[in-house]
Amino acid sequence: MSKAILYDSTLCIGCKACESGCAERWGLPYNDKIAAEETISAHKLTAVETHGERYSRRLCMNCQQPACASVCPVGALQKTALGPVVYDADKCMGCRYCMQACPFQVPSYEWNSRLPKMRKCDMCSDRQIKGKPTACAEACPVGATVCGERDELLGEARKRIAEKPGGYYNQVYGVKEVGGTSVLYLSAVPFEQIGLRTNVPMEALPETTWRVLELVPDVVSTGTVLLGGIWWITNRRAEVAKKEGRRR
Amino acid sequence: MKLQFPKITVWRAIFAGIMLSGLYATYLRVMYGLGGSTNMSDKFPWALWIAFDVMCGVALAAGGFTLVALVHIFNIEQYKPVLRPAILTAFLGYSLVVVGLLYDLGRPDRLWHPLVMWNPRSVMFEVAWCVTLYTTVLFLEFLPMVFEKFGMHKPLEWIHKISVPLMILGVLLSTLHQSSLGSLFLIVPEKLYPLWYTPILPLLFWISAIVVGLAMTIFESWHSSRAFGRALELPLLASLGRVLAVSLSVYLWIRFLDMSHRHVFGLLWLNRTETWLFWLEIALMAIPAVLLFQAKVRMRPGALYACAVMVVFSVITNRLNVGITGLEAGSGTHYIPKWSEVAVTLSIVAAGFAIFHFVAQNFPVFEVAREASHAELAETEEDPVAV
Repeated sequence: MSKAILYDSTLCIGCKACESGCAERWGLPYNDKIAAEETISAHKLTAVETHGERYSRRLCMNCQQPACASVCPVGALQKTALGPVVYDADKCMGCRYCMQACPFQVPSYEWNSRLPKMRKCDMCSDRQIKGKPTACAEACPVGATVCGERDELLGEARKRIAEKPGGYYNQVYGVKEVGGTSVLYLSAVPFEQIGLRTNVPMEALPETTWRVLELVPDVVSTGTVLLGGIWWITNRRAEVAKKEGRRR
Repeated sequence: MKLQFPKITVWRAIFAGIMLSGLYATYLRVMYGLGGSTNMSDKFPWALWIAFDVMCGVALAAGGFTLVALVHIFNIEQYKPVLRPAILTAFLGYSLVVVGLLYDLGRPDRLWHPLVMWNPRSVMFEVAWCVTLYTTVLFLEFLPMVFEKFGMHKPLEWIHKISVPLMILGVLLSTLHQSSLGSLFLIVPEKLYPLWYTPILPLLFWISAIVVGLAMTIFESWHSSRAFGRALELPLLASLGRVLAVSLSVYLWIRFLDMSHRHVFGLLWLNRTETWLFWLEIALMAIPAVLLFQAKVRMRPGALYACAVMVVFSVITNRLNVGITGLEAGSGTHYIPKWSEVAVTLSIVAAGFAIFHFVAQNFPVFEVAREASHAELAETEEDPVAV
């Protein structure tokens, strides 16, 4: 069983309480200027976006099989059994492969720091361990962001669609996208209209590199035998030729 | 020849200018971080320092493993004269890649982390280990030149004893490393433009590395023959040119076969930047491939050199396309390098040329060439690669 977040954009009133709750939890500054920014960055780990009359939230999707964690050479990113994808800044060497690999372009970097870290939402891992909801869910005054077990939230999302078919686009975003995410979205309109990416693969991304990486032992063993064998043959041929007193 | 003295000063002035700008860019990098010295952003986290300094640097160093395989594994002795320059290039190339990494990593002080904190599921982990191990192997392959220079016979003997496993290890590590630089991009199917994204990216990177390794060998020989006033090993290089023509054809064939399987030929006629860059890449390979199949072209030093240069530029274009331009549309952003990124890159290239020149002048890099070439040259022409 793992935790997840359900964000229902039809309920969102754009008050940005989630943003200030998130900033407070991370100890990041929050003021009117930062509130006006509609993109996530190293100093703003969740952002409310305006799409015409509708709102949408950006935050780390905490994927079921995260590309970022699979590509991190030092294992600084880990998917926990509880659901959050957590980051250990002490391991990170700053290769930024997580940023390149993320299909949602979520990880942000402290570009102007001399000792930079990557920053992203970790679904309030420390709070969840204590059984508390995420800061954003706690802050939301209208229940647009709720936190709970993924299976239950998925059931809840489907129930809402069934009860009010006219009010919702008939899909839950995050069920199959990149193999499933821990953040689920409901929307009144097709997802691309509220800024979500619909061109992401429906398979888990770590598979794409693993298919090649798992061949490495084969390449090494076959390669050693092959190269060693070729060397032995060509070298032997040269030796024999030398002994027989002719050149090749 | 009478222009030689002023010519050298001009080059030295350019060199000094590049190094000074690189020094100032280094200051910016250290004091103001990546934000103050590059145009990278959250949407575009990898740029010139990865795509050129690392990806092109590693590719251009591929002559080392290609020539080691030809000379020591396949035992084609005739290529021996160009083996040492190729090893030197590879060793310098890899060392400079590490320098490039020190600029690019957010925390260069943690360069060693992948050696103790493992994630074998990460391509970058494989890359890190390959760089470390192969740079070590190249250092050991380079050492005999140092030992010979100072007449150290004991260590020379010792290193000769482990040379065969060392060479095999080197070829394997290179194969893994060259291909893994392609594998890095398998994780971005929705970002990398379909003219470049393919599941066989690692294979294409490996073959194009062999191709550019051969081209670099011709390139170096031509330049060093001019710089040091030694005779060009023309029949030998011509025969390498023939191998190059075959490798180029194999690469182009696989590339287009893969594209036909992925049904992306329709993209070839769209009027987009990506299309033009793709055709540039292909033209710079197809033209030398056609030319090098003709004996007349191969035996003309100028033409042979021009073909090698085209191939080098083609592979550089390819790496920049995969690492930068092919990712722009998918990342929803544009990237133009900051001057300081270019300055650091140019400094690294300039330092590479300077160190190569210094080592080639002071260590037995080309000396073996003279002895060997006379003995072997006669038979090379008729018998290119008989394996």
